Amino acid sequence: MRFDTIIIGGGLAGLVCGIKLQKAGQKCAIVSAGQSAMHFSSGTFDLLGRLPDGTEVESPLEAMASLPAEHPYSVLGVEKVAEYAAQAKEFFAECGIKVNGDASRNSWRVTPTGERKAAWLTLGDFTPPASREEKIGNKALIINILGYLDFNTKFLADSFEKQGTECRIASIKLEEMERLRKNPSEMRSTNIARVMDRDGIWEKTADQIKTLIKGEDIVVLPAVFGLKDASVVEKLREAIGIKTMFVATMPPSVPGIRTQMTLKSEFEKAGGRFFLGDTVTESTADEKGQIRNISTVNFNDIRMEADNFVLATGSFFSKGLIATPDKIYEPVFGIDLTYNEGRENWFNTNFWKKQNYISFGARVDADLNASIDGNKISNLYAIGSVTGGTNALYEGCGGGVAIITALAAADRILEKK
Amino acid sequence: MVSAARGNDFDVIIVGGGITGAGTARDCALRGLKVLLIERHDLATGATGRNHGLLHSGARYAVTDRESAEECIKENMILRKIARHCVEETEGLFLTLPEDDLDYQAKFVESCLAAGINAEIIDPKEALRMEPSANPDIIGAVKVPDGAVDPFRLTSANVIDAKLHGAKVLVYSEVTSLIKEGDTVKGVEVFNHITKQTAQYYAPITVNAGGIWGQHIAELAGVKINMFPAKGALLIFGHRVNNVVLNRCRKPANADILVPGDTICLIGTTSSRIPFEECDNMFVTPDEVDVLLKEGEKLAPSLASTRILRAYAGVRPLVATDDDPSGRNISRGIVLLDHETRDGVKGFISITGGKLMTYRLMAEWAADLVCKKLGVNQSCITMNTPLPGSEKENIDEISLKTWSKPGATHKATVGRHGARAVNIGLKDEYDASLVCECEEVSVGEVRYAIDELDVHNLVDLRRRTRVGMGTCQGELCACRAAGMLADAHKCTDRAKNDLKNFVNERWKGMYPICWGDTLRESEYSQWIYSGVCGLEGRECETNKAE
Repeated sequence: MRFDTIIIGGGLAGLVCGIKLQKAGQKCAIVSAGQSAMHFSSGTFDLLGRLPDGTEVESPLEAMASLPAEHPYSVLGVEKVAEYAAQAKEFFAECGIKVNGDASRNSWRVTPTGERKAAWLTLGDFTPPASREEKIGNKALIINILGYLDFNTKFLADSFEKQGTECRIASIKLEEMERLRKNPSEMRSTNIARVMDRDGIWEKTADQIKTLIKGEDIVVLPAVFGLKDASVVEKLREAIGIKTMFVATMPPSVPGIRTQMTLKSEFEKAGGRFFLGDTVTESTADEKGQIRNISTVNFNDIRMEADNFVLATGSFFSKGLIATPDKIYEPVFGIDLTYNEGRENWFNTNFWKKQNYISFGARVDADLNASIDGNKISNLYAIGSVTGGTNALYEGCGGGVAIITALAAADRILEKK
Repeated sequence: MVSAARGNDFDVIIVGGGITGAGTARDCALRGLKVLLIERHDLATGATGRNHGLLHSGARYAVTDRESAEECIKENMILRKIARHCVEETEGLFLTLPEDDLDYQAKFVESCLAAGINAEIIDPKEALRMEPSANPDIIGAVKVPDGAVDPFRLTSANVIDAKLHGAKVLVYSEVTSLIKEGDTVKGVEVFNHITKQTAQYYAPITVNAGGIWGQHIAELAGVKINMFPAKGALLIFGHRVNNVVLNRCRKPANADILVPGDTICLIGTTSSRIPFEECDNMFVTPDEVDVLLKEGEKLAPSLASTRILRAYAGVRPLVATDDDPSGRNISRGIVLLDHETRDGVKGFISITGGKLMTYRLMAEWAADLVCKKLGVNQSCITMNTPLPGSEKENIDEISLKTWSKPGATHKATVGRHGARAVNIGLKDEYDASLVCECEEVSVGEVRYAIDELDVHNLVDLRRRTRVGMGTCQGELCACRAAGMLADAHKCTDRAKNDLKNFVNERWKGMYPICWGDTLRESEYSQWIYSGVCGLEGRECETNKAE
């Protein structure tokens, strides 16, 4: 099998890169092991929420100038990052995914436990406040689906009340949901969304909600609507009639899964091949060190060849990086990584402090090329959270790094032609 | 019978909510005494909850400590009867590896038989049929009546029964001083960490059952007990590799016992003297982890490729004999001290040393002395009286009464609470839904634990129900349970801080082994709780500790 570019990893970074290349006329394949971070996402993408020294960021583009040299944004250059950030919004719009947000100013999403975190692009479901302190309304009606445990109305009410919003909590109950209860582990977000997606159900839901409203100016709902497409979210919003705010739930994330599926089908519609449930077993390089082909579990001895390879396998959780008691390595190509020696230097004993291991990852140059034993591999690119140089969790930049390195790597590959 | 006039007057005050204190409270309450049990944290937070959970046959001590071995096998047989819902009758094997001396086996079996332990040499092939995960290279095997016991459940059952017999139980209540009149201890002054209030309680006898921390309680009475803190580290694996307890057939050493328990198995222990100040803040070192893994793999080679769930450590409450301040002659047996005869302090006794296995006997000795001092003529009945949950009915009969719960949930629930599972109501149809998928804990069980089992926070809840003890270590269940606690305690701030503490407490057992799947799981937790939820920015005590 021969492709122009093979991407390993089908999460946000791999899909964005694949779609851009495929739409530019390349023949691409994505090899994906399965779920990605999108499945438990907050429904927003962050660009930069905090500097490594802990300073909170209001304007990501301005603040980027003070990032250290090894940060992927610095590696690419702040101007380039600004360009790609502007492209990103168009990119999602062309994929049929509505996003709001501005790279020059963070908004503040409401988290499932009622905290606020910096956000850049926000899926159309969400309407994040403009500041940490902004009131969501004067009187809020927070509604849950009875028996759904992953949406904590009390936690939300508590936080909203601290900002001066009067809150009332209510729940709705739908006959169609009762079947889920037969199995005690079925009342979870995706199952609820599947019921809600059916014709007639969201109308009933809206009716129930309307009867509950008693003078409130905002309704708060869990983001468990629109697993297949986002239109049910808009329809529900319209039917309720007053301002409606969806708040992300504990995983799995319905808007995240929807976005993942939309991107995947966009890639396939453009002619890309998405190999789901497969894992790369080994790779072959030529005498100059260029990667020539890979083999996978499913294709066994049928080699997959390409001119370029993109590594978008994520970090430890998705096995893009592997930790053993004494070392950390990248399992597909064995590329050079940045990490601290000695496992006592991998973590902080307080869970809530900055954890070093999250910043470990691939060493890349300005072309986003990876290296093996110090030698640049000019047809191998590393993008998304497999790259090092940033503590994406602490700095609040995981979404941005994924999208921007993906767009940049696609450009580098296209420039070669 | 001794009378108690005022509200804060008791016949006996027991300090320490480990298994010894809980057992002593139950024994005294069964003999008709008016009992107060005081614990500064939650029940079973010290050495009680930090060991193998091994129902010793006594074989381990047969060669080196005959007295302990005899106590163990007697108590082993008693616990199988009175605490059946806390005990799993797994049997045990003592394996001789090629590197071990096979001659030790004969001496071992002889010593076991002399102590009354039914030890039987079996063909190594037979041993491997009994326990296929055992090292196939073994050259010798002895079968003994070892088992597994759940210390949290055992403590909880003792406390439930004490309460059913009129005892008052105060958790999160710390004894700040002993009330003395002349040379007599008259009672205790207690600071309640939840209400932040101080209160005095009075009784003619105060029992010090503080384990390693008993040294401090004794100091409050002006009495010196020479404790020798010995840390033991253990590793928990993500599933049951073995169904039979595996021991090394050699003199007791590091990491030579692998015990199955509930959904997991654990290897331990190490033994190292630590400074007394470290007892409250123990950590497992990389060297301890390495030793446990290296030795553990010799018992069951598949441990090498099994996910490690947690590392933890406990402190053995060892006591030096009075005439041996150097500690060379440390007793592993039960130590009962009457401070009236020993130190001239009346109304104060200490029960310490011993083991989880012999807690009932320790309680019996302590309660005997209490009764003697009070002039109460009641004898001990705990050796024949089943604990709540272990009454006559067998599991099938209990299951019949709880049939309305979904299959797996009711099995797990009955396993954890025995006959008392029938008290876990289905108040409404939502009680059946699962809070914790790994350990099959339902909404109803969580409610029962909050209402009936002195649960004040998520960590307490974990000890009563296993919420968050499974392979995901509290990924989603912790947040769900925090929501339920917020409802029960009508305080979301407290519940959110509690959630942060719980996640940090889980991490404490994970960072010593943070590679492979453990690191993957931790990274996921980070993305959920810090990333998606943003709880890292919330100010609370947990943030301050480095």
